[in-house]
Amino acid sequence: MAKPMEIEVNGKRYPVSYPPDTPLLYVLRDELGLTGTKYGCGEGQCGACTVLMGGAPRRSCQIPVSAAATKSITTIEGLEKDGKLHPVQQAFLDTGAFQCAYCTSGMVMSSVGLLQTNSNPSETEIAQFLQGNVCRCGTHPRIMEAVRQAAKRMQERGR
Amino acid sequence: MNTTREKLVAEPERYEFSAAPMHQFELARREFFKILGAGIAVFVVAKDALALQETAPGSRSFHNEELPKEITSWLHIGEDGVVTGFTGKAEMGQNIRTSISQTIADELRVPFESVRLIMADTALTPFDAGTFGSRTTPTMTPQFRRVAAAARDLLIGVAAKEWNVAPEGLIAKDAKVTDPASGRSLRYAELARGKALAQNLPAEDPVTPATEWTLAGKPFPKVDGRAFVTGRHQYTTDIRLEGMLYGKVLRPPSFGATLTSYDDNTAKGTSGVVIVRDGDFIGAAAPSAHEAQIALDAIHAQWKEVPQISNEEIFSYLKQNAEAKSEDRFRRQKGSVEDGLASAAHRLNATYTVAYIAHAPLEPRAAVAQWTDGKLTVWTGTQRPFANRDELAATLHIPESQVRVIVRDTGAAYGGKHTSDAAIEAARLARAAGRPVKVVWTREEEFTWAYFRPAGVIEVKSGIASDGKLTAWDFHNYHSGMSAIETPYDVPNQQTEYHQVPLILRSGSYRGLAATANHFARETHMDALARVAQLDPLEFRLRNLSDARMRAVLEAAGKSFGWPGKKTGEGQGFGIACGHEKGSYVATCAEVVVDRASGSVRVVRVVEAFECGAIVNPDGLRNQVVGAIIQGLGGALFEAIEFENGRIKNPHFATYRVPRFRDVPEIEAVLIDRKDIPSAGAGETPIMAIAPTIGNALFEATGVRLNNLPLAPNGVQTLNT
Repeated sequence: MAKPMEIEVNGKRYPVSYPPDTPLLYVLRDELGLTGTKYGCGEGQCGACTVLMGGAPRRSCQIPVSAAATKSITTIEGLEKDGKLHPVQQAFLDTGAFQCAYCTSGMVMSSVGLLQTNSNPSETEIAQFLQGNVCRCGTHPRIMEAVRQAAKRMQERGR
Repeated sequence: MNTTREKLVAEPERYEFSAAPMHQFELARREFFKILGAGIAVFVVAKDALALQETAPGSRSFHNEELPKEITSWLHIGEDGVVTGFTGKAEMGQNIRTSISQTIADELRVPFESVRLIMADTALTPFDAGTFGSRTTPTMTPQFRRVAAAARDLLIGVAAKEWNVAPEGLIAKDAKVTDPASGRSLRYAELARGKALAQNLPAEDPVTPATEWTLAGKPFPKVDGRAFVTGRHQYTTDIRLEGMLYGKVLRPPSFGATLTSYDDNTAKGTSGVVIVRDGDFIGAAAPSAHEAQIALDAIHAQWKEVPQISNEEIFSYLKQNAEAKSEDRFRRQKGSVEDGLASAAHRLNATYTVAYIAHAPLEPRAAVAQWTDGKLTVWTGTQRPFANRDELAATLHIPESQVRVIVRDTGAAYGGKHTSDAAIEAARLARAAGRPVKVVWTREEEFTWAYFRPAGVIEVKSGIASDGKLTAWDFHNYHSGMSAIETPYDVPNQQTEYHQVPLILRSGSYRGLAATANHFARETHMDALARVAQLDPLEFRLRNLSDARMRAVLEAAGKSFGWPGKKTGEGQGFGIACGHEKGSYVATCAEVVVDRASGSVRVVRVVEAFECGAIVNPDGLRNQVVGAIIQGLGGALFEAIEFENGRIKNPHFATYRVPRFRDVPEIEAVLIDRKDIPSAGAGETPIMAIAPTIGNALFEATGVRLNNLPLAPNGVQTLNT
């Protein structure tokens, strides 16, 4: 049964009406048109649908929309501020850390989540954190490089 | 749907596309300036173009007679100076949108930023057989060079007429034509102004040699990179049309199952839901994918299942069911294997197997279909837009001229997106619904109903003389395919044979086709022979190789890796392998460590030397080479489709293991730029040597010779404990 509720995405509140167990992913993509968040498996196994919920990276295919209603959600579309890319987006661009780029949104969101809790992650920590994100094109070394570069820039900026 | 399924055959026939008529060209040409505005358009006629595209190594029965004169590529120079190139090729992450744009900019002498490409749209781009076989760089980039060179000449001609001077002394550079005698110049944009000049030109103009390239040969970042890091790029799966419904298809419980009874009374009662039953096809379209699924779940369908081969028995089945007919075989013979074996100092026989594996592109198969006044437009992620158009027309019983297929830059394919299944499903549902329909396959559907890289059995018999020179080579591939089936080594006596077997699981192209299987068998066998000969594996290979390009990559890889590696710890091993295919050369070295207690395998370091002639974009190439190594690690170590009685047992990322961050070793790609050799493609060959390299390294680490792919899904137990 569809239930009316409100969700907050990228700082905006949207009224939506869905069965409470509908995965957040489909509400974002099909209702709000925020298609930057990707479907990859629907099983929480590939990370393509990663968003930030209350600041922490979450697989939106595994989050019931009702659980999202109490938290603030950030998607890939919400990272760019006033035409300026988030340092993680900029680092992905600068290192060419994509091929088909279908995994990129999820990789960027997971990396933003990582750098929020660990501003200077080691090689092992990056790999460990991104272990749940699949890149089938094999761009992993550049993605690692992008995260290192973003960490460095964010630290410099924060100083 | 069944017709297209049956048409899908194993590898040898893959390249046998019939050249489609150019209906869309006449239409496009009339509409051309309407779409693009005034300017100058150049069409290049190259009658050999289709033959170039469709002839692939290993193709036996390609019919290349009576190829029509073809327009193969064209470009338009607008009044605003924007240069638009048109190609039927599709961008799927291999970065050809960037490399082709570089090529056009280089040859036309314009800034990279002023070039854009319209790709893979059957209404707007020239016919193209498909984006596969590493053919874009060797065929499409030279064609665009020719069309750009012709356009340059045309612009010079227009300027010469304007100034009433001879064209010979004029120079085209920096997006303008200059007359050195008078110092005056006109920008291309100015020359194009007010024109609607379309010209067919023969593809004869000389093009710029690689040594004089200025924009090609340089690292350029991916075109539209910003659209990808911001999530703005719209893949097929992201398309939303006004009034669009979401489609789902009811799948049989197992391969080969047929529908016996059907009741959709409950499902049909749901408002807003459209149910379609057409033969064995049962689908639903609804305002959301969730509602479409609920409707499907309410359908009572019964299926008759038939016994199917399971993976436990696959290899013996393949051996026993090889087609005996000679036309189903590929056979090459030189000298006498019997004599070569008789004269050998050492002989070695071995059997190798490879498992079925899945492409698992992260963007699943998807399509959006829209009917307008009996005309069908389908957006779909496919490697073969024109073949998809023809299959849609045939399946839906409408003329090809009524179908348009558009491919958005796609979330990868790796050889896995040749077919038109999702397109046909969306089109059939949309026709019934009278509204646009989007079909996106679930990950489980991907792992079950897409096609696989075929499994195979390879038997090798060989002999070497006391000096380590090969005397005999007998190589038989059952089922997996014949790409790179012939040995690159110098062997006086050899027999090579491919034995076709009827399909068991739905099978088709995979990055590199059977080159991965054939290289795995050959290069594992060569390593075993080197041990028999008591020679270093690199030295043993060089002793049997006269191909200079092959020797060069081997030596380059060995040098960068520091071959032969020195063991510094327990369970360490080093491996090497090489090969060439589709005009490019690869040699790979790897270091592995096996944990003695658990048997777990870690690939520590990989060095790969790769040479594909003149490099067009070293940055894109590096991405492809490193990517191929990492993707290849999966098939080498752990990827395998498990199946039993027509059911896939591991249709999820949780049970079908793909390479992830912690699997990735330190990787060095050594790119050899040969400006004296025409550019070859690079999407496939870099994947070929990784599996035997790792297997050979594991042998050195453990003393266990692994002859089956995947090598170590559950680790490997050492012999020397």
